[in-house]
Amino acid sequence: MLSLHHYLILSGILFSIGALGVLVRRNAIVIFMCVELMLNAVNLTFIAFSRYLGNIDGQIFVFFVMTVAAAEAAVGLALMIAFYKNRESIDVEDMNIMKL
Amino acid sequence: MLEILFFTLVAAVAILSSILVVAMRNPINSALSLIMTFFCLATLYVMLDAPFMAAIQVIVYAGAIMVLIVFVIMLLNMRTETSKNYVHGVLVSCIVAVLTLFVISGFLRKSPLTGEPGAMTPDVITKMGHTELIGKAMFSDFLLPFEITSILLLVAIVGSVILAKRKL
Repeated sequence: MLSLHHYLILSGILFSIGALGVLVRRNAIVIFMCVELMLNAVNLTFIAFSRYLGNIDGQIFVFFVMTVAAAEAAVGLALMIAFYKNRESIDVEDMNIMKL
Repeated sequence: MLEILFFTLVAAVAILSSILVVAMRNPINSALSLIMTFFCLATLYVMLDAPFMAAIQVIVYAGAIMVLIVFVIMLLNMRTETSKNYVHGVLVSCIVAVLTLFVISGFLRKSPLTGEPGAMTPDVITKMGHTELIGKAMFSDFLLPFEITSILLLVAIVGSVILAKRKL
């Protein structure tokens, strides 16, 4: 029988892979995609708990997480375009304009 | 039994493609692997009796957000990162990720699952319709957060236009 633990473990693994990607990559857009992966792992947790507790509120929360992710995608990509116009690169190691 | 087999298959594809997101040199390949992961998650949402969430996952994530990301990747015209260091701090990052996994699995092992089961059993969901239940909850109990979301989207629109425009 498929239990809640299966989904939670899968979600934990996906979250860790996303965290690894955020820490390890240098390309800002790939880091951004790894953040999306982490958000999706959390969404899976919400929906699994919602199903096993018989409560639909968790899925409403997933809806709001998706909205925030869409807003974040728009603003984040606009930031990257603005940065690329200045530096001709989106490597995070070049993001040191504000460094003293 | 068949359910567990199917879950294992989908979970394996999801984990494999999410590893590819991190490992691929070319950002376009990473984006395509991420779309594959999103489709696997949508399959899992269907298995969890949440078909509306699966549809939203495919339309909003795999459709809108990923198209935006792929569009920006192609707009910036990034070639495959030929320099060999497309990653940094691999060892420390791996240790941190493994520690995160250990903490999560420790929580899962130690804590018992409590909480009162609510009224939304799979029978109720199939009888009432998942979309209808979501809509009823969203426009009654969660009306204020729903309205605040519209302000968030307005802020995102204004912010992205101001950031990406060359001259205002």
